[in-house]
Amino acid sequence: MAVLTATTQPKRGRHGGGHEAGPQSALGNALAYAVAVVIVVVTIVPLLYVFLGGFRTTAQINENPSGLPSPWVWANYKAVVTSSSFWHFLLNSAVIAIIATVLTVGLGAMAAFALSRYVFRGREALFALFTIGLLFPLTVAALPLYLQLRRLGMLENLWGVAIPEAAFSLSITIVILRPFMRAIPGELEDAAVVDGTSRLGFFWRVLLPLSAPALTTVGVLAFVTSWNFYILPLLVFNEQIHFTLPLGVATFQSQYSVDTARVFAFTALSMLPTLCFFVVAQRRIVGGLTGAVKG
Amino acid sequence: MSTQSRTTTRPGEPGPGVGPSGEALGPDRAKVRSGPRSSLRQRTELTILLGPALVLFVGFVLVPIAVAVYYSIYKWNGFGPLKDVVGFGNYRRALTDTVFLHSIIHNVIIAGLSLLIQLPLSIGIALLLNRKIRGRTFLRLVVFAPYVLSSAVTAVMWSLMLQPGGFIDHLSKAVGIGAHTWLADIHIVLYTIFVVASWQYMGFGIVLLLAGLQGIPSELREAAALDGATAWQTTRMVILPLLGPTIRIWIFLSMIGSLQLFDLPWIMTGGGPANASSTMSTYLIDKGFHSYEFGYGSAVAVILFVICFVFALLYQRFALRRDTQGALTRMVR
Repeated sequence: MAVLTATTQPKRGRHGGGHEAGPQSALGNALAYAVAVVIVVVTIVPLLYVFLGGFRTTAQINENPSGLPSPWVWANYKAVVTSSSFWHFLLNSAVIAIIATVLTVGLGAMAAFALSRYVFRGREALFALFTIGLLFPLTVAALPLYLQLRRLGMLENLWGVAIPEAAFSLSITIVILRPFMRAIPGELEDAAVVDGTSRLGFFWRVLLPLSAPALTTVGVLAFVTSWNFYILPLLVFNEQIHFTLPLGVATFQSQYSVDTARVFAFTALSMLPTLCFFVVAQRRIVGGLTGAVKG
Repeated sequence: MSTQSRTTTRPGEPGPGVGPSGEALGPDRAKVRSGPRSSLRQRTELTILLGPALVLFVGFVLVPIAVAVYYSIYKWNGFGPLKDVVGFGNYRRALTDTVFLHSIIHNVIIAGLSLLIQLPLSIGIALLLNRKIRGRTFLRLVVFAPYVLSSAVTAVMWSLMLQPGGFIDHLSKAVGIGAHTWLADIHIVLYTIFVVASWQYMGFGIVLLLAGLQGIPSELREAAALDGATAWQTTRMVILPLLGPTIRIWIFLSMIGSLQLFDLPWIMTGGGPANASSTMSTYLIDKGFHSYEFGYGSAVAVILFVICFVFALLYQRFALRRDTQGALTRMVR
């Protein structure tokens, strides 16, 4: 998004330019700031509330739900951080998301390369086949998928979540990568062939490095999707040791419903990796997620 | 569409060195491709490149759906052999089950509310924020943040706030709406979930619309202003039509999202109370998975699949077709 802004925002001197001109401008700007403040408050207050709730005791929360911590209590966060389950969930989420991302980007890039730069019978039919995955979300296919995984003996298995996630991400990956790879000039391929490189060598040494921006986009997309996924882990995992973070949070809430303060702390901590990752990589994430649908 | 126009060359033609994208292939590569040895080589390379992706896609996307169609004609609890054929019985049962029909209606209500409330609100906010105001980058970051959270975490977070006598009750009392059992009142619960969904997903739409707005050249606005158009006229006659493609993609994503709504109702209410917040997906998991009615669940899954499929195709055919740009038009051609 920020990247988009940089390229699409014309940098010429605008004298108050466009529809911002005129007598309404000052009023409009004031309104814009007011709306901006409201949006920021509505977005941030729930997050803040959960983080602050983690610093209170359940008694404090019950007594006054909208109060501030007094005194500040570290026990809830400490209990979560020192419990092994939180770290298990985190690790499982990370492992699954990394497997899913590597599979999606790797296999997707290979398939997109074949579908963009080879000429062969049935190519368009094959591409159309891959686009079917865009017509329905994984949630719709969850039950059939569960039965398939059961047949294959992949329940209670991290791969049983990572592989289907990758399979469902392949469609959007190929749809994004194919035009990108196609746009890379044929002369480059000719030059590589003249230099004695095989086509696979060209793919590995020239095309992949040149496709880095698009690969980042689909990688971010696959990672975020997998990291946040709830329904498939819910069906595939029964034993808590395999749970991912979203599944763990939902389960923790129902298990410790009496100890509200600890649920606050657990929820807050489970948001922390996502929010940190988002702040660090926000350009890539926003650009990737909105760019993916804008094409 | 754009793909179609690109592929007027028949695939598989060993041919005269014109790639399907219309770009001329170098003479060298055209030569490389002819001859039995290189054709064998190409076939090997294609197998290596496409094989793994195809195996994954067929095995975990297509086969499960196909098998679901097969299961759906049986009454089957997931264990033992498939022998109790009921034909279309499962489908008939689903389409006459008031809980399932209500679930469909709930999805439609959510989709309708998105169109009627989220879309105009998002467009308005995007238009307002498309000004040179201070802190725009920060604002965009904040607006987008809820979208990257897991909806499971969002559900837990809002459950905590919506507890009876909780934070939201305090706020609503302060502004005079009064306390409600937000998640336990059958008349309110669906709208509560809609508000939470809006909190999570609206920011994404706003950022999408902002990106669309920035793609509109400022000359057009300036020209309209020179011609004496008011700000409102410019917005209505120039900006909104040009924003059309983005709005149509917004609608597509929003509708697909509404059809598959699962995490929020499942975690916050379990579809209750009295199925007042059930959706097609929560119904599916509840019946198929928790009640061990896998034959029936498969039939429901097939119905959901058909609904999504038909919607996507129709929408593409009638709405997105006009847009010549955008991945979606290519995706669902």
